[in-house]
Amino acid sequence: MSVWVIGKREFASFFSTPVAYVFVAVFLVLSGILTFFFGDFYERGQADLLPFFNVNPWLYLFLVPAIAMRSWAEERKTGTVELLMTLPVSLGQVVLAKFLAAWSVLGLTLMLTFPLWLTAAYLGNPDHGIIVAAYIGSWLMGGAFLAIGMCMSALTKNQVVAFILAILVSFLFVVSGTAMVLDAFEPWANSLIIDTIASLSFLTHFSAMAKGVLALNDVVFFILVIATGLYASLVIIEQKKAE
Amino acid sequence: MIAVKNLTRQFGHLTAVDAVSFDIHPGDVVGFLGPNGAGKSTTMKMLTGFLTPTSGSIVIDEHTIGDESLAIKSKIGYLPEGAPAYGDMTVFQFLDFIASARKLKGAYKKERLKAVIGDLSLESVLNRHIDNLSKGFKRRVGLAQALVHDPKILILDEPTDGLDPNQKHQVRNLIKALAKDKIVIISTHILEEVTAVCNRVMVIAKGKIRFNGTPKAFQQQSRYYQAVTLSLSYAADISGLAELDGVAEMEIDKATGNVTLFPEPGHLILNAVAEHIQLRRLPVDELHVETGRLDDVFRQITCDEDGEGEAA
Repeated sequence: MSVWVIGKREFASFFSTPVAYVFVAVFLVLSGILTFFFGDFYERGQADLLPFFNVNPWLYLFLVPAIAMRSWAEERKTGTVELLMTLPVSLGQVVLAKFLAAWSVLGLTLMLTFPLWLTAAYLGNPDHGIIVAAYIGSWLMGGAFLAIGMCMSALTKNQVVAFILAILVSFLFVVSGTAMVLDAFEPWANSLIIDTIASLSFLTHFSAMAKGVLALNDVVFFILVIATGLYASLVIIEQKKAE
Repeated sequence: MIAVKNLTRQFGHLTAVDAVSFDIHPGDVVGFLGPNGAGKSTTMKMLTGFLTPTSGSIVIDEHTIGDESLAIKSKIGYLPEGAPAYGDMTVFQFLDFIASARKLKGAYKKERLKAVIGDLSLESVLNRHIDNLSKGFKRRVGLAQALVHDPKILILDEPTDGLDPNQKHQVRNLIKALAKDKIVIISTHILEEVTAVCNRVMVIAKGKIRFNGTPKAFQQQSRYYQAVTLSLSYAADISGLAELDGVAEMEIDKATGNVTLFPEPGHLILNAVAEHIQLRRLPVDELHVETGRLDDVFRQITCDEDGEGEAA
């Protein structure tokens, strides 16, 4: 109930400022450009949305921090955090409500990419089950980016700092599975460390999802990242609210 | 009732509130005074459950803060310092949000919203964004959200800051009207406010309570309490005034020529002074009894004995 009331306010506040509109517009334009021009949507000659889903992590990397950055930074800057936390609502509920509100904006944005889906359906005969599964996977991964972004927003009162920190940390998660990063650890780290680093990679976990395979371990991975990010925000806010 | 015992809060090495203890009962309107940075806001933030005390306990109506914070929070109405609000919402949306978050429903919610909107005269700005409101309106919106659930305990951090004299008067009357069966705690820098609305004064300086008593007792700390000031239309022999029974001291303000007679503690000297004036036919234009200069008392209480003075 409380989560609903607070979440609703948060959701509405995205639309009472230009934040949500800019986010949706930029996301749609960029995903269109990247899918058609860089993803070789037509040239591949396959009726699927793989080119779109492949660019999702990179879009999220820059765009999700933009909707996450204000979540706590602004509350603390304007002092409304004091108002919020003296309501008869637990901090856990507030954290959850904020996350769900922003995650809904992300879900809405993904839904608005439906013209891509229609295009694929018009040109060929795509496997709709695969596309639905990939959308769910993408939304989950977006949630992980969001939880990281909100956690960074909890760290600072400055939205720009929150934005940059979120991109930085998210970037580490995105690239941690790539050969470039792993090669850097190869010479001196043991295989356990390398495996751990590789297993944190968003790209690795998402690669199967983009193809429409929702494997349990990938789903659990992203849920764990979300849960960890939210729990960390909760601890940080509890620590920092007085500043 | 509120029972606070040995309440302490530290920020790093700084002790903002230092082993403070007090009780507050229903019907009490407590005025928190103190220099900036004295620990007023920190104490209030701990009472509302926003800040966790470093040590000590707060018990509110048999609920202990920490274990039963949610139960306590639902009994408290709180106006934080600076009256923060969500600027992108309209006044009505904001109040409706607070009412819903405070679990008011249906007809009762409507009734309460209507009541606070009326009490604080917010009808004309209901559909304006809070960001676009004047300081006075913002403050009143903050008060409205603190009152919307008809709380038993009202904690207001500088409720009249930024209001014009008419609005201040209105808010003070509102607080007085509310105070009958509630606990009201306000912090303020306006000393007259304390004598106007409060029946109890607490002065905090450097994290400690320096004074806790009635506004009258607070005034009595002033050497001007019950002193008689008179102004003469031309110079006359006033030496007899200083000799009167009960007069401890006479001071003449060189700039204005006003004469102030300080009584010995516990003495009322107005009668004696008036008689003397009649007897000697002194050319007195103006004569009044002082009620005590609050800012003097404030300075006297909050400044350290070593003369270091208040912290900014």
